[in-house]
Amino acid sequence: MKSFTQVKGLAAPMDRANVDTDLIIPKQFLKSIKRSGFGPNLFDELRYLDEGQPGVDCSGRSVNVEFPLNFERYKGAGVLLARENFGCGSSREHAPWALDDYGFRAVIAPSFADIFFNNCFKNGLLPIVLSDEVVEQLFGEMYAAEGYALSIDLDAQTVTTPAGEAFAFEVDEFRKHCLLNGLDDIGLTLNESGAITAYEAKRRVSAPWLFDVVK
Amino acid sequence: MAARTLYDKLWDAHLVQQRDDGSALIYIDRHVIHEVTSPQAFEGLRLANRKPWRVDSVVATPDHNVPTTSAERASGVAGIEDSVSRIQVQTLDDNCDEFGIVEFKINDRRQGIVHVVGPETGACLPGMTVVCGDSHTSTNGALGALAHGIGTSEVEHVLATQCLVAKKMGNLLINVDGQLGEGVTPKDVVLHICGVIGTAGGTGYAMEFGGQVFRDMSMEGRLTVCNMSIEAGARAGMVAVDQITLDYVKGRTYSPKGAKWDMAVENWSDLHSDSDAVFDKVVEIDGADIMPQVSWGTSPEMVLPVSASVPNPVDESDPVKREGIERALEYMGLTAGQKITDIKVDRVFVGSCTNSRIEDLRAAADVVKGKTVAASVKQALIVPGSGEVKLQAEEEGLDKIFVAAGLEWREPGCSMCLAMNADKLGNGEHCASTSNRNFEGRQGYGGRTHLVSPAMAAAAAIAGHFVDVRDL
Repeated sequence: MKSFTQVKGLAAPMDRANVDTDLIIPKQFLKSIKRSGFGPNLFDELRYLDEGQPGVDCSGRSVNVEFPLNFERYKGAGVLLARENFGCGSSREHAPWALDDYGFRAVIAPSFADIFFNNCFKNGLLPIVLSDEVVEQLFGEMYAAEGYALSIDLDAQTVTTPAGEAFAFEVDEFRKHCLLNGLDDIGLTLNESGAITAYEAKRRVSAPWLFDVVK
Repeated sequence: MAARTLYDKLWDAHLVQQRDDGSALIYIDRHVIHEVTSPQAFEGLRLANRKPWRVDSVVATPDHNVPTTSAERASGVAGIEDSVSRIQVQTLDDNCDEFGIVEFKINDRRQGIVHVVGPETGACLPGMTVVCGDSHTSTNGALGALAHGIGTSEVEHVLATQCLVAKKMGNLLINVDGQLGEGVTPKDVVLHICGVIGTAGGTGYAMEFGGQVFRDMSMEGRLTVCNMSIEAGARAGMVAVDQITLDYVKGRTYSPKGAKWDMAVENWSDLHSDSDAVFDKVVEIDGADIMPQVSWGTSPEMVLPVSASVPNPVDESDPVKREGIERALEYMGLTAGQKITDIKVDRVFVGSCTNSRIEDLRAAADVVKGKTVAASVKQALIVPGSGEVKLQAEEEGLDKIFVAAGLEWREPGCSMCLAMNADKLGNGEHCASTSNRNFEGRQGYGGRTHLVSPAMAAAAAIAGHFVDVRDL
């Protein structure tokens, strides 16, 4: 996994509550057996005026000029500003894959759905929870100033505005450690394989039916 | 020992290692796999040269992409017309064959929607931890299990290590006491809960459903309720084990037998929250207040009794919520104040991991028996949740009732719930659907979903618009 230490990125808006993973990446793109290439179809139903299809080049499609990510001023954005309960709905990891492939490195919102939040960390994408008031302030500043870029420092756990105002955010120690160092958490878990084997040995005695073979 | 909730007990029983940084390793008993969220996980294993930790803990079946017409199913995977879908189903077959994983393949009678197949076969049992790369894995919590959806990286992690890195969630109790009125079903109960606590109401919690209404509810009803825990924000939903659970589990193909059954029952007798257990949050609902529900908007919390009218955004003071209502009305093609019973339906879908079990099909058949689908309805689909459900329904003659009334009887799969196969809504069409999500575009590009119970969907098919099933 790629590491995340410090990122400075142009902010772009996704200004509605309860953005679900179907909206982030519609189901027809989930038929892919790869984990890359979803960026052109991020928010497909909002970005384009027609229905997207997997494997079809998006460059010839008619673009929805009213959707902010299509505005010239948000081209190359790296930080997505969003509203409450971002990423609700399905467990599809294609949602963070699409955000990452598009070029986002962080999403800032007042709250996230649990599974999406978890999936982000596995892909070097940082979901940041800030209070309603702060998110409202960032939206206001972003709309007011073209080229509005936020600096994110994971080690210091801060988001800093162009004016130098810094906001602290919380992050789990384990997730932070993995993200800062780009660690593969399967490898870390396998370092504890002795504990897993010991647990299994006890369970085989106390609950043997759990080890019956399905065939 | 201090009083514990059901979730506390399930967590404690599966704790492999508590780490100093607050994270923990949790052991996974059953890993269920389907074609959509697993290919990248298997690819990850291959790239890292890893093998599954315990291959006999994994069960697979294709469900999202499979066609549901018998013609397209006749020649198995090779007959799937959409080449991208065909490759994905074939990839699941290939991966299961390569790694030695048991798979109920496309035309196996045990094939079906993962969350129908797990409980039905006894592959998922009380007291287990169950994961699947699918958010509706919460369904299995009805058995008294800790079950929730995971992402593809976690699918790979569980395959490789048999564990998840997790942090304990909070305890939330949804207590529904009293009795349900005539014609009010488990689907109405869970839609009502989504309406009361909102789509993020359960975020960060494991949600237990307690109270008289759930004690009286059948196992299939509990599966419907736990299925939609995630629609109220909770990854995991669960119901305590009781005699109804044991009667359901006993004798299933992979349920324990003989002495192991007795040992399991003894073990499961503790799978309930202690009477003095403390929850972080409790929501009290009176069962008598719940009416047959219809969702009107684009989030499962946008739901109302069938007798109500579509809300007016001017009545909402919160600007973000008001914009949400305005956007939903526009997408759904509805006007503020319009009566729900005035909404016409173009298509009807009875199926999905929420409502495709035998009791759901019986409820729909009861309503349509001897009647005819309204001429204005373009299509009414009945899609059983598994091959076993299909055979059972045919033994009971339900298929003939549906076909005589003008509904289509299909092969098992996820179908129009999320339209990854050919079953989908056209742009602007309204659907009375027994599925779980009314998100924009969920059932097809521009499609308009109204979430309802099987009986309410069947009633809408006959009337051509929403009606109160209690008036029939």
